[in-house]
Amino acid sequence: MTTTETINTPHVSHMHKVETFKAEAKGVNLYYKDFHALKDISLPIKTNQVTALIGPSGCGKSTFLRLFNRMNDLIDGVKITGEVMLEEQNIYRKGIVVDELRKSVGMVFQKPNPFPKSIYENVAYGLRVNGYDHKDSIDEIVERSLKQAALWDEVKDKLKKSAYELSGGQQQRLCIARALAIEPSLILMDEPASALDPLSTAKIEDLIYELKNKYTIIIVTHNMQQAGRVSDYTAFFYLGELIEYDKTKTMFINPQNIKTQNYITGRFG
Amino acid sequence: MMSFIHKRIKQKIAFSFFGLVSLIVVGILFVILGFIIFRGISVINWGFLTQMPEEGMTKGGIFPAIVGTLCLIGGSMIFAFPIGVLSAIYLNEYLKETWLKKFMRSMTNNLAGIPSIVFGLFGMALFVNKLKFGDSILAGSLTLGLLALPVIIRTTEEALKSVPDHLRIGSYALGATKLQTIRRVVLPIAAPNIITGLILSISRVSGETAPILFTVAAYFLPKLPHSMFDQAMALPYHLYVLTTSGTNMEASRPMAYGTAFVLIMIVLIANLLANAFRRYFGKRNKMN
Amino acid sequence: MNRKRLKIFEKVFGVVLFSSSTVTSLTVLFIIVFLFNEGIGLFNSTPVEKKYQFIVSNNNTVKELSSKQLKDIFNYDITNWKQLGGSNDSILLFTINDLSTYFTDDELGANFEYLPSKINELIKKNPGILAYLSDKYVPEHLEGHVIPLTKISIKDFVTGTEWYPTSEPAPQFGVLPLILGTLWVSFGAILIALPLGLATAIFMAEVASQRLRNILKPVIELLAGIPSVVYGFFGLVVLVPLIQQLFNLPVGETALAGSIILGIMALPTIITVSEDALRTTPTSLKEASLALGATRWQTITRVTVPYARSGITAASILGIGRAVGETMAVLMVTGNAGVIPHTFLQPVRTIPATIAAELGESSYGGLHFKALFALGILLFLITLIINTSVELIKSRKRS
Ligand SMILES: Nc1ncnc2c1ncn2[C@@H]1O[C@H](COP(=O)(O)OP(=O)(O)OP(=O)(O)O)[C@@H](O)[C@H]1O
Ligand SMILES: [Mg+2]
Repeated sequence: MTTTETINTPHVSHMHKVETFKAEAKGVNLYYKDFHALKDISLPIKTNQVTALIGPSGCGKSTFLRLFNRMNDLIDGVKITGEVMLEEQNIYRKGIVVDELRKSVGMVFQKPNPFPKSIYENVAYGLRVNGYDHKDSIDEIVERSLKQAALWDEVKDKLKKSAYELSGGQQQRLCIARALAIEPSLILMDEPASALDPLSTAKIEDLIYELKNKYTIIIVTHNMQQAGRVSDYTAFFYLGELIEYDKTKTMFINPQNIKTQNYITGRFG
Repeated sequence: MMSFIHKRIKQKIAFSFFGLVSLIVVGILFVILGFIIFRGISVINWGFLTQMPEEGMTKGGIFPAIVGTLCLIGGSMIFAFPIGVLSAIYLNEYLKETWLKKFMRSMTNNLAGIPSIVFGLFGMALFVNKLKFGDSILAGSLTLGLLALPVIIRTTEEALKSVPDHLRIGSYALGATKLQTIRRVVLPIAAPNIITGLILSISRVSGETAPILFTVAAYFLPKLPHSMFDQAMALPYHLYVLTTSGTNMEASRPMAYGTAFVLIMIVLIANLLANAFRRYFGKRNKMN
Repeated sequence: MNRKRLKIFEKVFGVVLFSSSTVTSLTVLFIIVFLFNEGIGLFNSTPVEKKYQFIVSNNNTVKELSSKQLKDIFNYDITNWKQLGGSNDSILLFTINDLSTYFTDDELGANFEYLPSKINELIKKNPGILAYLSDKYVPEHLEGHVIPLTKISIKDFVTGTEWYPTSEPAPQFGVLPLILGTLWVSFGAILIALPLGLATAIFMAEVASQRLRNILKPVIELLAGIPSVVYGFFGLVVLVPLIQQLFNLPVGETALAGSIILGIMALPTIITVSEDALRTTPTSLKEASLALGATRWQTITRVTVPYARSGITAASILGIGRAVGETMAVLMVTGNAGVIPHTFLQPVRTIPATIAAELGESSYGGLHFKALFALGILLFLITLIINTSVELIKSRKRS
């Protein structure tokens, strides 16, 4: 594990050459029935770093992201080969318990999707389904998670209110708090700000920057500026292939592949 | 850790239980179908299907009941199918979201929810008594037709809704009128599903008893109807009579099994046909 | 020219379409009108056939008699006018059949020419008399008076506990036992169908693979397609004897048999409607739950089912509606005893079954006939309430 003071900025962390991988895809292929959606992808996810996945629509970013908590398993006819490592363990090996895996991987979706329950119950959900039922400690964790998600001050007086009374941006932060409550070691974010206004987006971006201290994050985004602002590493996908992977700064200044260059500069996509 | 194992075992138990329940539901169907088919099939032969009932309905066949039911199917569909399809076209293609549409739709829903015995009462009051049709195929057909109306409207509406809007717009763009668009674009695509609805409502109409009790059904009438003002026997009513009020209930049991068998076959064939239709044309439409 | 003709044709077609839809809408209104037209006459009419009269002594202070009281008098459950709020005289029931116990043939005359005076005599002599006489035997100069009968009211109809529509001299039109019988059987049916149906719906919507679902779906449709007489027939030849043996009953035609058959018949409605409702739960919510480490089962109980709650409620109400209105199957397996049910192992009689069983025997336009149409109105109102509440639930859900 890295120590916190070394990773105040992505820049510094890179200089220290922290090479522990939180997760890693090794030669992954994924098929939706006959459709080859991910083609031989190998990609490391570095600990306490933000890795951005970019690429044109339909290139397989979401599909790749969902590999890490095995959400693709839910779809009929999906076939996966290769290995996906999380904490040095292949999460696709036999005998893995999927819901336990998912407990250690948090996910934030494109559209805010709080449950039709109270704010409190939304955050507590992950704890309850995983068998914690100690009232005091749940209270504590709910508060801590909401604070981490920079939402506590806005909702602390209406925890029993329905989550649907919050604004879109607040809902999304609630969803982040919900994911944080179960203390995942990896957080997956699929275009978490694409449905939000600029102000809310900025808040989410700040939040991601904060969370990096404790968590490893993979984020899918269509917004190049956003990728540049929040991520340390970037992977560019195109038609199911991983075209290029590098430190974000490097890739944005000096992309190796012409496709990457075209995409980043907005010539297609 | 305990709780993790615990919740997974819970899920196993719950899912197995639900699977079991679903199996029971399937089992119920097969027991009922199986029982009637098993008991009925030995009764069925050419004579049973084509002869008149004899000796207080303990011997002979069920020919007049079959003919009666066919008449009722034909009569009710002649009336209900066009009106149903036209209503659905009006509701789906012509009416905007106004109070009128809401009203008509809610009336259709209400009609679908009215118990069949109430249709029977209504048919008796209006067709048999008020319009003086008497107990007749006409009165029975009209009553059954009203009952089938919401079924036809609903299936037709669904069929029309499944036609994508861009096809309509494309047709208008070529200068076609509404009527032309409906006739040449919408209906051809919706037709298989509309026919499916027709088949299913035939199946429904053929088995209804309560609406015909007081509008057409004859207890025992060993001759064929000559006009639509005649009474007629009908399969479902015949089955009811055989099981509950025959002169010699034990002796007419085999006949009852045979009648139930024929009824079940009508339903079974109608359902298979409808499904095959849906599947066949569903695929073809997708390919185009 | 051609264009113009086309325009006219379009117009005509529009009118045809409109008329078709109107037929459908009007049918519902027509049904209401006709049911009321035939049935409403029951109320405010006298419960006894027109040509008969009840006559009491002039000193009798009782104002009127209800159909129920008459029945009790004829059954000797009421024997004194005191019980009816009159003076302390025991009731002497007199009908034309009792003639010979009071008078010899000679007294009456060869051609019954003395009959009126003799009857007058009798009425005068017995202050407690209640004479039930056909119009033609009522003396011209009556020494007593005709006691009016209470008109049948909606309240008596709905709360009356006895349904003896053909009993003489006073038919009883109390539908409470029929209402309770209907509710009893339907309640039992839903008790059976709801757990089975909901479990199957959840299995189909959330657990089964696509292929399994493709097998289950037609099975459910087929279950919905089997005619109700066939269900009734099956119930009669299989279920009824089974229940009789199992519970060692004198007859197997019971509320239980009705509930089981109706439960099976309500299954398809409950399964389809709740499956549809379960499917409306957004995938994103289910995924959010799973992503937090919930099992699929936890997701179902904590997210999917609560989300679909109103749809499931609608499904149960529709299932009840199906059961309430079902006629033939119930008629065939419940034994049709018009008494207020106390257990599921008793015969009961439902509203639809009553209509089906009795309308054929009632004379057109008679009280019994009207009463059956009034039952039809009742049934219609019940299903209207059910349909409306389902629509309400659905529209509330949408907003
Ligand atoms: N459930 C599915 N069944 C079949 N094909 C699918 C399914 N989900 C995705 N695909 C296909 O896989 C490819 C990758 O999809 P994916 O959702 O991963 O793209 P994406 O990069 O996230 O796109 P976007 O930027 O639009 O979200 C697409 O071509 C898509 O059509
Ligand atoms: Mg995506």
